[in-house]
Amino acid sequence: MNRDVVIIGCGIVGAAVAYELSRYNLDVEVIEKENDVAMGTTKANSAILHAGYDPAPGTLMAKLNVEGLELAKELCGRLNISFRECASMVIAFTKEEAAELEKLREQGIQNGVPGMCILSGEEARLMEPNLSKQALAALLAKSSAIVNPWEYALSLAENAVANGVKMRFESDVSGIDRVENGYEIHTTSGIVRTRYVINAAGLNAEKIHSYVASPSFRTLPDRGEYYLLDKSEGRRVNHVIFQCPTKVGKGTLVAPTIHGNLIVGPNNETPRDAFDTATTAQGLDHVAQMAKKSIPSLNLRESIRNFAGVRAATDFDDFIIREVDGAPGFIDAAGIKSPGLTAAPAIAKMVVRLLEECGLEVVQKEKWITIPRPMRFSEMDSAEKRSAWAKNSSYGRVICRCETVTEGEILNALGSYIPPRSVDGVKRRCGAGMGRCQGGFCSPRALDILAKYWRVAPEEISQDRTDMYILTGETKAEVKRECTT
Amino acid sequence: MYDLIVIGGGPAGLAAAQAAYEEGLRKILVVERDGELGGILNQCIHNGFGLHYFKEELTGPEYALRFIRMVEKTRIEFKTDTMVLDVQPDCTVSMISKEEGYQVCEARSIVLAMGCRERARGAIVLPGARLAGIFTAGTAQRYVNIEGHMVGHRVVILGSGDIGLIMARRMTLEGAKVLACVEIMPYSGGLTRNIVQCLHDNDIPLYLSHTIVDIKGKNRVEQVTVAKVDDFKKPVTGTEFTIDCDTLLLSVGLIPENELTRKAGIPVDERTRGAYVFDNMETLTPGIFACGNVLHVHDLVDYVTLEGQRAGRAAAVYVKGDQKTENLRMMTLKAGKEVTYTVPQYIRVSGSADESAPVFFRVGRGILKGAVVVQAEDEKIATFNREHMSPGEMERVALPMKLLSRARVAEISVSVEDTSELLK
Repeated sequence: MNRDVVIIGCGIVGAAVAYELSRYNLDVEVIEKENDVAMGTTKANSAILHAGYDPAPGTLMAKLNVEGLELAKELCGRLNISFRECASMVIAFTKEEAAELEKLREQGIQNGVPGMCILSGEEARLMEPNLSKQALAALLAKSSAIVNPWEYALSLAENAVANGVKMRFESDVSGIDRVENGYEIHTTSGIVRTRYVINAAGLNAEKIHSYVASPSFRTLPDRGEYYLLDKSEGRRVNHVIFQCPTKVGKGTLVAPTIHGNLIVGPNNETPRDAFDTATTAQGLDHVAQMAKKSIPSLNLRESIRNFAGVRAATDFDDFIIREVDGAPGFIDAAGIKSPGLTAAPAIAKMVVRLLEECGLEVVQKEKWITIPRPMRFSEMDSAEKRSAWAKNSSYGRVICRCETVTEGEILNALGSYIPPRSVDGVKRRCGAGMGRCQGGFCSPRALDILAKYWRVAPEEISQDRTDMYILTGETKAEVKRECTT
Repeated sequence: MYDLIVIGGGPAGLAAAQAAYEEGLRKILVVERDGELGGILNQCIHNGFGLHYFKEELTGPEYALRFIRMVEKTRIEFKTDTMVLDVQPDCTVSMISKEEGYQVCEARSIVLAMGCRERARGAIVLPGARLAGIFTAGTAQRYVNIEGHMVGHRVVILGSGDIGLIMARRMTLEGAKVLACVEIMPYSGGLTRNIVQCLHDNDIPLYLSHTIVDIKGKNRVEQVTVAKVDDFKKPVTGTEFTIDCDTLLLSVGLIPENELTRKAGIPVDERTRGAYVFDNMETLTPGIFACGNVLHVHDLVDYVTLEGQRAGRAAAVYVKGDQKTENLRMMTLKAGKEVTYTVPQYIRVSGSADESAPVFFRVGRGILKGAVVVQAEDEKIATFNREHMSPGEMERVALPMKLLSRARVAEISVSVEDTSELLK
């Protein structure tokens, strides 16, 4: 089977490229090493769509951030992806930092960011009453937004599949051969031939690149740790509260999440390896200390989860989006660190243009469908709840009590274009296990539904990645064996 | 219109419904989110329940069954597999079930009996890799006891709450090796009898003043690192040791499940994480009562039952219009020295000679021999001698209304004097 385009990696960038390519009469396949969409950096980050004043003017990051934000807003509306334009503030605590805000604003204007203004400390506190009294000034950016990154990547990937893109999960790429008119990609689930390759492998992009060309960049994994707080703390701030950016990043932020929780983080740490998403006591202490500088009244006792994500940063201080030297038709979309989530739809459009420059002919499909995200039960009013149940009584069985997620929603996800394989897959789609008990109550029930749907033993259902098994067997298995023999 | 809607069909809710029925209420509805009545008792298949209430030793399901049988003989209505979504201060309750869909029911009174949930990994900021094989003890208990699945072979338990201790024994009986129970405090959070029967009897080491500082593994837990902690609960460098294991069970505390309560605007005490209540279990919202683990976390179901009965009786009195509160003096109960909280927080003082208000409380540290002192300003109203008080065991005193009515001030305190020192 010869594909026109193969995308390696299904994080937000791979999913956005797949979605963009699904508009055209092309044979496209996505190869993903894990069992689901959004399993790397897309899974664990600040979940923020940035306004675009941070990147240096003239960089790809600056251009694609601002373009991407516009596109993202339109996409989230069309696909019913949870999204809220809550605006952001960068807080200055010293005169030097206040001067830095001016620079950021200048930069923003050059980058084409709309709706920015500088507030005094008092003005900022009027809008954000829990803000530290030490805050001297703030840069307000009205276009900053919060989003659900999993839902976003999933929805893009699902729409791509609905429009004919193939998905190949649990397929690690072990090598790529140049063949006539394209490439032969060796994966753990077989060989795929294609004319064009998009390298959207995130933290693995350097390795994938090395299969076809000599190295042109080096991955420098950069870990950030977070707290997620209970909804009781969700209104502690109304805006995304940043501190002045430093050389390593945008610093520690405090922000509401789209689900009504509060997110606090990240720091910048060098992990043991690119896939080391462990949290550390020192790292989280540091995050807590930094966050309290902005919001002294922050109540971290309401923590319900800690996590860490690894940024796919490289030694090149910009996104790397180009055809690889000496590998015609092989395009890197690498080094997608922040603001990658924001830029993703613009990155996808750029990748398509690059493909066209490489000679790919794109012809729009006559029929291209849009599948919006189904409404969650918890978002429904009482009339909608009544009608959801009348259509399907499984909407009356609550599986996750913290987030009020019903069996109907989980069965609906299982019937979707990319059904969940794991307990966390259910969480990413339906929100079960996102709440204050963190799946203590619903995970046995979600596991049971999954095992029945996939017709496998409960021991085969994983927490998240394929080998993250939850159960180790039946109780009294040995006794039972002895009784039967 | 119901006389009473009880939210939760566990031991507290069943006792409340039964007591309200015995007091003459007839239109009672119990709403239970699980498929069966009995609440968490159904997965507590070990014995030790009912020693106080029935004066015999029952398993959790047996204890629950006694109450289920009792209420089955009444005309109390039950909705199982039904989730309450919302409670309004005017006693309107909305709920949903697969059988009946979305419903709104009105009542004259409500008893909140939703129980509690376990604190999970995120609540204690437990560092390390994000892996499978980490369960709260209660979730593991459900898998093992209800669903018949094993959750691991080599187990470490963090925290020494009762469910963790019970699971140490259960996992051992099921053929797993329980390698350690690690507790950050210098004392156990569980009942002494559980320390003896679950840990000592199975040669499971208990590391007090220790915690887990790292979790390693690729997909599932492979190793935990344990370290000693100092007086400020901070790990001491150089004291680390590792244990190879595939499972980590967390028994690090229970939190009353009061989301419905908060949403209804009923004031919640941040110390107990349950509603503020009067001595008749009424919350600060008239007609809404609370009992059991949703009010404060209990160690023994027997006391949950008694508290449920008290709430049920009070709801009946309220519905019948017999609650005469206007002329009663209100007293605030304060947690004094060595005491972390009291339930109730308020007492309406009747002058009645044969009435007393049961007061539950916990101490903040272990006290070998002490005196519980009830005090109004400088005046000691009552003293109760107690031995072997510990944070893991709830204390209970009954304050005669007659004594309270003599106090001249509107605030009394409950404190504990450590008298063990005096003995020396």
